[in-house]
Amino acid sequence: MKIQISVKNFNFFYGKFQALRDINFEIPERQITAIIGPSGCGKSTFIRSFNRMNDLIASVSTKGEIILDGENILELDPVTLRKKIGMVFQRPNPFPKSIYENVAYGPRAHGIKNKNQLDEIVEKSLKDSFLWDEVKKDLNKSGLSLSGGQQQRLCIARALAVEPEIILMDEPASALDPIATLKIEELMQELKQKYTIVIVTHNMQQAARASDYTAFFNMLPDRAGYLVEHDFTQKIFTNPKEKITEDYISGRFG
Amino acid sequence: MSRKLFSQKIQNIKDEVLLLGSMVEEAVHKSVNALKMRDAKLAKQIYQHDIELNDKRFSIENAILIVIATQQPMARDLRELASMLDVISELERMGDYAKGIAKVAVKLENVELKIPIKEIETMAELAIGMLHKALTAFINEDAKTAAQIPYEDDAVDRIYEDVYHKAVELMMSDPSNVDNSNLIIWVGHNLERLADRVTNICERTVFIATGELMELEVDEEDDKLEFE
Repeated sequence: MKIQISVKNFNFFYGKFQALRDINFEIPERQITAIIGPSGCGKSTFIRSFNRMNDLIASVSTKGEIILDGENILELDPVTLRKKIGMVFQRPNPFPKSIYENVAYGPRAHGIKNKNQLDEIVEKSLKDSFLWDEVKKDLNKSGLSLSGGQQQRLCIARALAVEPEIILMDEPASALDPIATLKIEELMQELKQKYTIVIVTHNMQQAARASDYTAFFNMLPDRAGYLVEHDFTQKIFTNPKEKITEDYISGRFG
Repeated sequence: MSRKLFSQKIQNIKDEVLLLGSMVEEAVHKSVNALKMRDAKLAKQIYQHDIELNDKRFSIENAILIVIATQQPMARDLRELASMLDVISELERMGDYAKGIAKVAVKLENVELKIPIKEIETMAELAIGMLHKALTAFINEDAKTAAQIPYEDDAVDRIYEDVYHKAVELMMSDPSNVDNSNLIIWVGHNLERLADRVTNICERTVFIATGELMELEVDEEDDKLEFE
């Protein structure tokens, strides 16, 4: 299994508050890695560090390394980095633009101007996100006119359009109904043929159904998040090594 | 520890499994007694008993499926529930063995035959003892004890050989005994199988504790020596 991202002694601070402590973690390429853990354990902070979303927050500081393709993410130019790492959020957040423009936005920002080329990228991205058949006749309609599940797949298409290596998903289905949720999970299985996926989820059944690897995060007494256990998903959900993982996944936490 | 209601549901199912086990123990005990006393009336009670035993097994199975469907058990809880599904089907089969012995008791009610009843009673005692210990270990999730119980099967196998040889001697002494002596071998065989199935329960106990499915194989050598 090739490793795509190596996290080495990663520590994260909001001012004086330490949100993550000494995280060591390897994320395999073209696999789905789920991150689970109680609220406040730093799961979102952790994956937001991968594409430097936390840079926007003042007083944030980090220690350690997150290595992608031999380079430390924490020292890269965020624009270059975000071409490699796309992100999908909890609530679908299409731009208030047409379906077409939502998907073409990224490639345009990276300098592609040729209309035919953009058409191709839009079609391919919408096909890859399982949305094409539902919207191919309405590409000029507003992205906001779609249903929640379709909007989320539009956001995935938008992320795919810049051909990233990694897709980060922060609770991508928590605002969706069960059918739309299963569609996203099936889509993830297709996407992992080409992309490495890291998903944060509160829904343990979703982690169990949809991921290959699961990492369980918890909080230390000073509320700093740490990695308890990282293993094959089937191992975590049938016979985890740590008692605290067992307590969490069987709903007996605390 | 949260999930009180869920834990209580699992505990209730465990109690039912234990009850099913004691029904089996009673059925085996009664069936051998019926054979000893040549008591066809007692033996026929066991037929009725077997119907109740099968019903109990289905109601436990149903309760387990409902908990799996509604509570999404994980890890140890899931291993426990899946193992109980297996254990109740083992117990149900053991009940069938008791019924088989009861049938023999009915057939031999008025037959003059020197049944090696001491040996059969000892086999039954040993097998029931193994079952009792195995179920106690299962309910207490005591893998260490469970892993030891299959060794006791050797004693049951040895007595089975005695029963077999005595039945054959009866056949040789008087060919008109062949049919009835064959029934005696069946009784021994049923008790021998029952003890074997106890090993399967022990394997589930180890599985719950360790997460590993493995055979508790102890008698490879003895397999070769049987009936020589």
